Amino acid sequence: MSSSASTPAAPPLIELVEADIASAQEPDAALVERVNWRLRPGEYWAVGGWHWAGKSDWLTTVAGLQHPSAGQHRLFGEDITALTQEELVAARLRIGVVFEHGGRLFTQMTVQENLALPLQYHRNCPPEEAAEAVEAAMRLAGVTEVARQTAGQLNLGWRQRVALARALVLQPEALLLDNPLAGLDPRQARWWFETLAALNAGHAGLGGRPLAVVATTDDLRPWRDQARQFALLQGRRWLPLGGRAELAACKESTVREFLAS
Amino acid sequence: MDQDSAKPAASPLLAGALPLPRSYLNFVGRQIFRLLQTIQGVGAFALITIGVTFTKFNASWRVTHPLIRAQIDRAGVRILPGIVFFGLVLGLVIVAQTVALLQRVGAEQYAGTVMVTVLIRELGPLATALLVMARVGTAIVVELGLSRAQGEVEALEALGIDPVHYLVMPRVIGLAASIFSLTVYLIVVAVFSGYLFIFLQDVPLTPGDYFNQIARALRWEDFALLGLKTATFGAIIATVTCFQGLAQRLRLEDVSDATTRAVAQSVAGCVAADALFIVIYVLM
Repeated sequence: MSSSASTPAAPPLIELVEADIASAQEPDAALVERVNWRLRPGEYWAVGGWHWAGKSDWLTTVAGLQHPSAGQHRLFGEDITALTQEELVAARLRIGVVFEHGGRLFTQMTVQENLALPLQYHRNCPPEEAAEAVEAAMRLAGVTEVARQTAGQLNLGWRQRVALARALVLQPEALLLDNPLAGLDPRQARWWFETLAALNAGHAGLGGRPLAVVATTDDLRPWRDQARQFALLQGRRWLPLGGRAELAACKESTVREFLAS
Repeated sequence: MDQDSAKPAASPLLAGALPLPRSYLNFVGRQIFRLLQTIQGVGAFALITIGVTFTKFNASWRVTHPLIRAQIDRAGVRILPGIVFFGLVLGLVIVAQTVALLQRVGAEQYAGTVMVTVLIRELGPLATALLVMARVGTAIVVELGLSRAQGEVEALEALGIDPVHYLVMPRVIGLAASIFSLTVYLIVVAVFSGYLFIFLQDVPLTPGDYFNQIARALRWEDFALLGLKTATFGAIIATVTCFQGLAQRLRLEDVSDATTRAVAQSVAGCVAADALFIVIYVLM
C-alpha cells in the first residue's frame, strides 16, 4: 500500500475505525460493516464496488455528510461526534466532493454563480471579490467557455467538470469523487485521469500542494494505472487491496471477478 | 348439528358488527397519530428555523439578504396587481351585501363599521394569506422538493452551507413581510372600492361619515393584531411548505403529494392561527 507520493508518517486527513456505513434511505440498515481506513495527504485511492454495494453512502460518510451507524469517524484528527456544528462545517470545507451523475449542481444558476456561491457565503463578499478564485477554478477544470450558461443547460460531461471546479474553489486538502467516469466517453475519461493526476501531484492552481484523491467506481480496470491504493466494497465487507502490485497479484476470486467484468 | 349450525348464524352478526368499529377506531387512531407526527415535525422544523433566523440573520448577509428581497419581490410585488383587483371586488361585494342587508333594518349607516369588522379583522389577512399560499406556497414545495430529489440540498451541506439559513429563512421572512404588506394594500383598496359602491347606489352616507365610522370602529389592537396575524400567516405558510419540500427525502414522484399535503396543512394552520387570534382579540 506504500506509494511514492503518499507520506505514511503524516497524520491521516480522514479516518474510519470499525465503522458501519448506513444507507441514507434506510439509516437502520448497515450497508458496509467494520470499515478500517485512513486517508493520508497525497494518497490516491480507487474504491470499487458493484451497483448498490454502498459506494455513494461510503463516500458521503467519509465526507462527513452522514454519520456511521457504529464505530469512529475522524476528520483531520478530531472525532466527528465531538465537533460542534461550526467545527464540523470547517472540517467539511477542507474536503471537496464531486457527486455522481452531474455533480448535483444548482441547475437554475450559471456556472459562475455555482462556483461563486460557496465563496460568497463563507467570506460574505460580493461577487466581484470572488471572481478571481472562480476564474482560477474554471480554468483548472476547463469550463471557462460555459461560464455564463446555467448548469441545467449543460450535458453530463460539462456538468461533471463544473462539479470538479466547484469542489476545488475552496482549495480543499482532499477530493472525493463519486463514480466520476460514469457515462463519460474514453476521451473525457482521459481528461479526468490527467487532471486528477496533476491535482494529486500538486497543481499550481492549488498552490502546488498535493491533493489527496479518493474515487469510487463500478469499474476498477481503468484506474489500475492511475490510482495508487485500492479497495473493494463487496457483500457488506470492506476489502483493502493494497497498491498496484498487490492488486495485480491478488488471487481472490471476488477481486478477479471484479477486475474481469 | 343444531348447535353447530347456530354458531355460524351468530358469527356473521358478530363478524359484521365487531370489525367495523375496530377498523374505524384503527383508522381514526392512525389519522390522529399522523396528525401528531406532522405537528411534531413541523413544530421542530419551525423551532430550528426560528433559531437559525435569530442567530444567523446577519451571517453571510451578502448572500441571504438579496434572497429575502427576491422572495418579497416574488410573493409581494408580483402579486400586487392581483391583490388590487381582488381588493376592488371584495370591497364591492362586502358593501353590496352589507348595504342590502342593513337597508332592510334601516341601518345602512353602519356600512363602515361592518367593513372594519369583516375586512380588517378577518377576511383581509386570511384571504391574502390564502392567495399567496396558492400562488407562491405551492411553487416553494415544488422547487424545494425537486432540489431535494436531485440532491442539491446535500450539495449545499457539502459546501458548508446551512440549507435552513440559505433556503428556509429568506422564504419565511419574505412571505411574512409580503403578506403583511399585501394585506394593507388589500384593505385600503377594498375600503375605497366599498365607498365607490355606496356612492353609485346613492346610499345616504357621505365620505366623511363613512371614513369616520371606520376610524371610530378601529382600536389600537386592530393594528397590532393585523401585523402579528399577517406575519404569523406568512411564517406558517413558508414553514409548512419548506418542511414538506425539504425536511424529508423525496423522490420526483413524491413531489405532487407533498404539494397537496402542504396546501392542506397550510390552510389548516392559518385557520387555526386565525381562531387563536380571535380568542386573543376577545380576551383583550
